[in-house]
Amino acid sequence: MAGFQVISRTTGDHFSCQEGQSVLKAMELAGKKCVPVGCRGGGCGFCKIRIVDGDFECGKMSKAHVPPEAIDKGEVLACRIYPLTDLTIECVPQPEAAFEKQTTTKA
Amino acid sequence: MKKGVMRPGHIQIRVLDLDEAVKHYTDLMGLIETDRDDQGRVYLKAWTEVDKFSVVLREADEPGCDFMSFKVVDEATLVQLEKDLIDYGVEVERIPADELKDCGRRVRFTVPSGHAFELFADKKYTGKWGVSSVNPEAWPRGLQGMKAVRFDHALFYGPELAAVYDIFVNVLGFYLAEQVLDPEGTRVAQFLTVSMKEHDVAFIHHEEKGKFHHASFFLDTWEAVLRAADLISMTDTSIDIGPTRHGLTHGQTIYFFDPSGNRNEVFCGGDYHYPDHKPITWKAEDLGKAIFYHDRVLNERFLTVLT
Repeated sequence: MAGFQVISRTTGDHFSCQEGQSVLKAMELAGKKCVPVGCRGGGCGFCKIRIVDGDFECGKMSKAHVPPEAIDKGEVLACRIYPLTDLTIECVPQPEAAFEKQTTTKA
Repeated sequence: MKKGVMRPGHIQIRVLDLDEAVKHYTDLMGLIETDRDDQGRVYLKAWTEVDKFSVVLREADEPGCDFMSFKVVDEATLVQLEKDLIDYGVEVERIPADELKDCGRRVRFTVPSGHAFELFADKKYTGKWGVSSVNPEAWPRGLQGMKAVRFDHALFYGPELAAVYDIFVNVLGFYLAEQVLDPEGTRVAQFLTVSMKEHDVAFIHHEEKGKFHHASFFLDTWEAVLRAADLISMTDTSIDIGPTRHGLTHGQTIYFFDPSGNRNEVFCGGDYHYPDHKPITWKAEDLGKAIFYHDRVLNERFLTVLT
């Protein structure tokens, strides 16, 4: 299949991502759930991942969630990452507030 | 008791890319661009609104809401409410006239949930867009997309809801229309009104201060909400949930995101409020039904994805 392969080291999921397509969009279209889906606009920080291996371009992301130094460490938002090569990604733990809320609402 | 706060006047929203945002709020949602200023901000209004603007977009490196402003009936009321806020111990900031173009002076204050609000009395009256004030036609031609009718309300997430309630209800004369109470009786959501609408502003408890959940725009009919859903698909716009109905307010709704991740709502219907109405209570145990009346389960994204 054309496109780049994205592999999640956290879950073992893999899916293909077309050139110019965001990693999050490709994941959603492939029916995978390895990265949490939030606003899909670089604003909420929900889909934070770490790029372990591979090259990519980024779109605009909220500085509150992705300060410039984070991009250098590959800590980015999947909705604003466009692969240039195959990518290996890791899921970043959710902020504590999100976990707390999820626990409360499921109880 | 009402103290002269009339209605939501405007909201300033931060966006990552101004051009993408303007396209979203005009082409998709049907707002009309009415001006720009030398700070690069873009002014928009919905067609039935009589003042010059109700939405201001500002490009920034972090999305969210800068402030929401309420229009009061006149300058004397503005003077009185400013004094009342100060007497209550709220720090106020005076924003001079024309800091926002064609808007009078604004009184800005931040409530304990971390959100900035403003009061103002004057803004340039431009009348409804595209229709005359004499023998007006039913609606103007040339509206785009969802043809949003008006900026209706906003929902904010933050802590210290009781302290926020005191300022809005006791100082500014809002009414509590609906609330969510947890099993201990603590209010975890409050829907406040100064009109016949079920909410003009709402708050949901959240540990982090100053978070923005959504800006909401009114549509006339359920058919228009379904048409909005069609447009969201046609434009591949990021959807949150809907079309569905809320338990809280009983509005019929759809939620989606602007290109910077700020959540928008368009909705129709909903209950009404008079000052003699007692607050409606939803139990936190039944929050699923309170928020999404049909599914009766929460979409986690609705509670946790914020700007």
